[in-house]
Amino acid sequence: MTSERTLVVISAGLSQPSSTRLLADRLTGAAARELQALGHTVSVEVIELRDHAHAVVDAMLTGFPTGELARVMDTLAKADGVIAVTPLFTTTYSGLFKSFVDIVDKDSLGGMPVLLGATGGTPRHSLALDYSVRPLFAYLHADVLATSVFAATDDWAGDGDRVNPLSARIDRAGRELAQRVSARENPGPADPFAGTPSFTDMLGGA
Amino acid sequence: MQFGIFSVSDVTTDPTTGHTPDDTERVRNMLTIAQHADEAGLDVFATGEHHNPPFVASSPTTLLAYLAGTTKNIVLSTATTLITTNDPVRLAEEYAMLQVVSNGRMDLMMGRGNTGPVYPWFGQDIRQGIPLAIENYALLRRLWTEDVVDWQGKFRTPLQGFTSTPRPLDGVPPFVWHGSIRSPEIAEQAAYYGDGFLHNNIFWPMSHTKQMVQFYRQRFEHYGHGRADQAIVGLGGQVFLRKNSQDAWNEFRPYYDVAPVYGHGPSMEDFTRETPLTVGSPQQVIDRYGAFADEVGYYQRQMFLIDHAGLPLKTVLEQIDLLAGEVVPELRRIAEAKRPSDDVPLNPPTHAERVAAARAAGTAGAAHVGLTEDLFTGTQAEDAEPAPKPRVGRSFGL
Repeated sequence: MTSERTLVVISAGLSQPSSTRLLADRLTGAAARELQALGHTVSVEVIELRDHAHAVVDAMLTGFPTGELARVMDTLAKADGVIAVTPLFTTTYSGLFKSFVDIVDKDSLGGMPVLLGATGGTPRHSLALDYSVRPLFAYLHADVLATSVFAATDDWAGDGDRVNPLSARIDRAGRELAQRVSARENPGPADPFAGTPSFTDMLGGA
Repeated sequence: MQFGIFSVSDVTTDPTTGHTPDDTERVRNMLTIAQHADEAGLDVFATGEHHNPPFVASSPTTLLAYLAGTTKNIVLSTATTLITTNDPVRLAEEYAMLQVVSNGRMDLMMGRGNTGPVYPWFGQDIRQGIPLAIENYALLRRLWTEDVVDWQGKFRTPLQGFTSTPRPLDGVPPFVWHGSIRSPEIAEQAAYYGDGFLHNNIFWPMSHTKQMVQFYRQRFEHYGHGRADQAIVGLGGQVFLRKNSQDAWNEFRPYYDVAPVYGHGPSMEDFTRETPLTVGSPQQVIDRYGAFADEVGYYQRQMFLIDHAGLPLKTVLEQIDLLAGEVVPELRRIAEAKRPSDDVPLNPPTHAERVAAARAAGTAGAAHVGLTEDLFTGTQAEDAEPAPKPRVGRSFGL
């Protein structure tokens, strides 16, 4: 087992600066620190979906990503672990986030440790992480961590949850991701051709 | 190398005039296009198969049989015949009939179909697409190569003592291509049988196409049909031509921007860079398409989508003239020079070549196989005895 681990971080935040990106960075920091404590070297690739917004729509319309977006998909498939954070618009994940997830290759996240995060103005829709975002990645057979982290605006000021503050939740999630990523033997992206059954097998089964 | 055109029979409004052909006009235009391609000297015309608007080509063999009567040289083919939702018995009958009436001047390409509801309309489940393609094609081959078939399978009711008629021309079935965009299983099937493999190629980057073709070639060799470079390969393509590149660009842009499949998506600049769609002068098409053999190896058939996106008939006929007059002769010269050796086929096999090969191998059916006893007319299904095996030996001249 090599000691290098790559985390790929997807942020669907639209503003500059964005609290979505801020949460993503905090989660990444916590996971990276824990991974380093476990003896790994960590590299991080951040994907701001805003930078690829037009390419995402084009890929949705044509059926294939090109250029920079194709490289992003490749990077994502090769990750050891993923952190994905979305703002909540109209009660749920943002359209851009969903569009991106819709064009990810359906076989590329199987078994991938994924830490989910979301941001919003108030905690009112925080359960969207469990009933909207989590199912997307469960469908893709990702290894979605038990802990997902929601940050409302007040959480950043320290006026949020005082019993279970944001920082504690971030640390807990970071630790969970680090443990999963550390323990995982990353098989790498699947070769679409290697898995093709031989014809005699296909004929026998028909 | 053969160069041809294909139509998927889409009924699309011309965005520059607002005119939408009705179904009749569209069918007649397809016939005119095919006939014009024959007169212009192109090698192949192929039609798609669809069973819903906005398409009209629900009956490829009817269309192609008419064209067999009104064209002289052009090879008639499909892009594609649905191997999933058609009854293989009807496919065997219809395409053998086409083979006879066209005197062998045809072949066909199997595809699974890209329209979800067609599966339930024809009693099938799209999730069974690959198993259907495999079982149906295996039955189709048996119907063409065996005079009397007893068969049982998963997707169709069983057959007892069934003979598909007319028997194939000269006892040799038509040459078959398999078309696939994304499924390695279909490339594997083509390789197993030693059939041709044609990749759609359009609307996709060449990097994807190349991988699929290479996989097919390796498996073709694995199954002992010859060397990987001897496999029969075809590619799709799409071009819009004018003598002057800027004129092509200006004229096609309004069609591109609202086209089915890629309209309202990436810019024409981006899309023509990323996919084989080429809009420009004959030389630009020659340069781009002449390089495809470097990616996929020497291949035997290059097809061009010619009438997509609402182009008016006059424009399509001009495209055919430009293709046949200004592009194909030079493109053929360039591409054929890339054939690595003389034992790599220059073209896909003709019917005559297939008959000669079958006779040499002893696999041809007799020249005119016909069973002369009618065992069925006037009987009822309940007449229980299975049909006695006809004396096939007599048909073979034994």
